[in-house]
Amino acid sequence: MSDAQRPVLAAELIRWSWVGDHLDDIRDYLIQHVQLTVLAVLFGLLLAFPLSLAAIRWPRMYGPILGFTGILFTIPSLALFILLIPFTGLSIRTSLIGLTMYTLLILVRNMVEGLRGVDRDVREAAQAMGYTRARQLFQVELPLALPVIMAGIRIATVTTIGLVTVTALIGQGGLGRLFIDGFTLNFTTPIVVGIVLSALLAFAADLTLVGVQHRLTPWARSRGR
Amino acid sequence: MNVIADVVSWLTDPAQWSGPDGIPVRTLQHLWYSLLATAIAAAVALPIGIFIGHTGRGALFAVNLTNLGRAIPSLGIIILMFTLVGFGLVPVLVALIALAVPPIVTNSYIGIRSVDRDVREAAEGMGMRGRQVLWQVELPVAMPLIMAGVRTSTVQVVATATLAAFVGLGGLGRYLIDGLSQRDLPQVVGGAILVAVLSLLTELALGRVQTLVVPRGLGQRGADAAVRAKVEKAA
Repeated sequence: MSDAQRPVLAAELIRWSWVGDHLDDIRDYLIQHVQLTVLAVLFGLLLAFPLSLAAIRWPRMYGPILGFTGILFTIPSLALFILLIPFTGLSIRTSLIGLTMYTLLILVRNMVEGLRGVDRDVREAAQAMGYTRARQLFQVELPLALPVIMAGIRIATVTTIGLVTVTALIGQGGLGRLFIDGFTLNFTTPIVVGIVLSALLAFAADLTLVGVQHRLTPWARSRGR
Repeated sequence: MNVIADVVSWLTDPAQWSGPDGIPVRTLQHLWYSLLATAIAAAVALPIGIFIGHTGRGALFAVNLTNLGRAIPSLGIIILMFTLVGFGLVPVLVALIALAVPPIVTNSYIGIRSVDRDVREAAEGMGMRGRQVLWQVELPVAMPLIMAGVRTSTVQVVATATLAAFVGLGGLGRYLIDGLSQRDLPQVVGGAILVAVLSLLTELALGRVQTLVVPRGLGQRGADAAVRAKVEKAA
């Protein structure tokens, strides 16, 4: 490629004036993207928690739970969203339910593995100190399982941020709307903005979660690195 | 419910099962895109992952690649490439390959890396050279993880190939995209069911392949979940 061509290609990829003119739209899409992601992961956690406890209490249920959430995870996202349309229509509920279903496999697996990985001695010590089952769970087991659970939350969050863009095809989509806009206008700028912002969002979310984990597990910090 | 009856009649309509727009042709197109993308991705990713695992160089890159890959929206890549190069297989292949490479690199790296040091030293003690150790010891032992990576990638590719229809290509995604724009719910839902079934069958078929490829001595059936958990923890 000659030097003369390079600026032309750059100009084709992104036209900054368009970005300047559409800052409000971009901000709205970004906000919707964050909302959908946060809600999906939160609902995912709310569902995954009892499922994980059930899988630990009754180990026989773990296989079927993993199998079922695994099937949900394998179904292509667009297909899953569409299969929900007869029940919830082309609404934001459809996107949210679909996105939540996708987080379940990762969250349940990491919760169960994390809680199971808690040292038996620690558990017995808590029992010997007279902890009730619930107190033992919330004050001993959950904190110790936190690194593994947080790893799951990180993967679920980053995956969800990617999947949100697909919901643009059923009318939501956050930053994914920019892909559709660019496609309709046959214009690369919105597409590039959408890709870059959603990748940055994933990156920022991951870093934030690492920071949260760091604050929540002070005992893990001093462990020599 | 009415929708269910409509979907069933859409799926069972003989017209749906023949001709260039028929389900068999669309399924073959879908599998063709997927196979091509996965094959290219594997040809690129396996040597990289295995090289990094064997030499230990570039480990940070290999571990973080999967995370990076997750953050890139495939739909955006497909549409961007389509806008740049126009109609054709290339935009879709680029997006699918970009999707498939990271898990294969990361898994094959971790697979080779996690070969027990004693096993490696035993092989060297028996007089094996670097390459022999790789081919005769490291690769077979790492096979469950390597296959897990290929399997993850393939299933993701089959799922994502659905989006090819958005830029005018064939495959089962056509029913979803056409159905959405025509507001034809039975077609949309019928297509979604077909794609879901194809993805699940791919996952099952690759599970079979995995048990065939993995050496007997390593073939614990329950290893699959453990192997995946290990990858996610490392990643």
